[in-house]
Amino acid sequence: MSRIAELFARKNPVFIGFAVAGDPDGETSLRVAKTMIDAGVDLLEVAVPYADPVADGPMIERAHVRALEAGTTPDAVFALVRQVREYAPDLPIVLFTYYNIIYRRGADRFFADAAAAGADGVLIVDLPVEESDEAAPAARRHGIDRIALIAPTTSPERRRAILRDASGFVYLISLEGVTGERDRLSPDIAGLVGAVREGTALPLAVGFGISSPEHVRAVVAAGADGVIVGSALVRLVEERLGDEAGMHDALRTAIGAMLRVLVPEREPDIPGRESIEG
Amino acid sequence: MKAGRYGVYGGQYMPETLMSALIELEETYRRISADPEFSRRLDWYLREYAGRETPLTYCTNISRELGCRVYLKREDLLHGGAHKLNNTLGQALMAKFMGKRRLIAETGAGQHGVATAIAGAALGLPVDVYMGEVDTRRQALNAFRMELLGARVIPVASGTRTLKDAINAAMRDWVTNLGSTHYLLGSCVGPHPFPRIVRDFQSVIGEEARRQVLEREGRLPDTVVACVGGGSNAIGIFSPFVDDDVALVGVEAGGAGLDTPRHGASLSAGSVGVFQGALSYLLQDADGQALETHSVAAGLDHPSVGPEHAMLKDTGRVRYEAVTDAEALAAFRYLSRAEGIIPALESAHAVAYALRSAGDLDRDGILVVNLSGRGDKDVADVAQIRGGAA
Repeated sequence: MSRIAELFARKNPVFIGFAVAGDPDGETSLRVAKTMIDAGVDLLEVAVPYADPVADGPMIERAHVRALEAGTTPDAVFALVRQVREYAPDLPIVLFTYYNIIYRRGADRFFADAAAAGADGVLIVDLPVEESDEAAPAARRHGIDRIALIAPTTSPERRRAILRDASGFVYLISLEGVTGERDRLSPDIAGLVGAVREGTALPLAVGFGISSPEHVRAVVAAGADGVIVGSALVRLVEERLGDEAGMHDALRTAIGAMLRVLVPEREPDIPGRESIEG
Repeated sequence: MKAGRYGVYGGQYMPETLMSALIELEETYRRISADPEFSRRLDWYLREYAGRETPLTYCTNISRELGCRVYLKREDLLHGGAHKLNNTLGQALMAKFMGKRRLIAETGAGQHGVATAIAGAALGLPVDVYMGEVDTRRQALNAFRMELLGARVIPVASGTRTLKDAINAAMRDWVTNLGSTHYLLGSCVGPHPFPRIVRDFQSVIGEEARRQVLEREGRLPDTVVACVGGGSNAIGIFSPFVDDDVALVGVEAGGAGLDTPRHGASLSAGSVGVFQGALSYLLQDADGQALETHSVAAGLDHPSVGPEHAMLKDTGRVRYEAVTDAEALAAFRYLSRAEGIIPALESAHAVAYALRSAGDLDRDGILVVNLSGRGDKDVADVAQIRGGAA
């Protein structure tokens, strides 16, 4: 059983944290990943920095820019994944990437490198099912789950085609728009979760716009198997670029608050508290 | 060939959220292409409002000097001063037929933004134009022109703060406002069906030019030349000649020279990659990140090119050449003096290639150059480059 399947079989709902590899630089980024893991993130989504991230809002785009300015190449991302894998042998890791990074490297080589580094899945944000003839078999060859995206605007016919091709888990986009924090969530997440549930046995995780414990509660109440938080964590990195200790504290606190909503009984395990208590 | 593909190029490399909008656009476009009411209304706007058809001007002085028969297709005389309006009127009318209530557009130098603002004003649709912050300063006059035409200019402060970032920002707006908004893309780039739609609306240039040259000369030209940034004016004039025995030459921005990193010649010096929704030629680094580009002509200052051009390069049907900033500036001055026509710096690239290659034709040889825009917008820049002397 893959690490992703094993996680969802063991735990429900799961908490998925997102970070841009190399934001704000390689070493800090590794420490950020470790803090997120220590704070209780169940699955880590690691973005490969890209200069033209059209699906992302300004917050995550700025993280891409910081990472690129720090010289974060795809090779550096794989090195980071390798280090995270050593730190957390059982943690599922999903790479979040734009397709030209894969196309340029060659799909076979990209997925081979991803597998060798210890990644479990790859989510290609600008590769719809119609264009995945090359990436899909390469991912399969190297045992990498290709995480499918479904949006509120995806028609039932497209949903079927996407789900035929999906593995690992399915990423449901909560709203029409780009990544980024929102005051309010889309009202019909339950409808989306229900509709997709009919077409697949894969776990369903909801992302885009989820930025507070209240949002997390709403997504879980909507029946999702996992919740993905990105911009809200990236913001904590951005706001504390000159204060790394503060950055880690803020991440621990924010993740802890969202985890408490997710699974209240897990509260004693929140590592953020250990540093205070012990 | 798969739908939306030009050979291996093109496609729809877009986030899932946008796929429904692209599918809707494709269906609408199929419907309006067969709708006589749409054709009738577009025809009216092109003729009565925009000033089509544009002349095919025989250039007496240049022809004498170069020793062949040189014609200019005068898109500079179209309302707004460039070929851009052919596409914006077509897409704005299409947006009306789709029931959209708002237009958004990206612009670099401002020409497409101005053309969208004009079409929005004429058709009663509000317009928001995304423009890189750097460009809003470089092209302050065009930004003001858009506002005068009732559009809102939204400066984009992300990335390199130029055209490609304006496209990214417009895409994000579109993803967020799919129900109400049509994204009026300005060139034959981006995901299918945009390259096809823009080519079709710009093909009026080539259809007219082909008919005009046949009327005038009784035969087809030997060579047709056009500048290529994203490539919309070029694909517009080339398309109706593709099956003819006519040499087609696309002229890219050579900037400071192809042996430097400062140019915008994606076909001549780039490699294949996916960028902003399409597989095409791209100026990119070893990891697949788009490179910063340069051209004296802002409209050619872009790291990629329409996918149909990529196919036409590979099949050899169109030859792509590069012209440097210096050659384009010389052609800008030359045409102004020789014929009293100030070309846009973009179009000056096509003129420069014509000057360079005229020796290949004999006295009866016919050369058609697409003069895609007028140069009023560039006069201040050129004056600065030359230190004030004309």
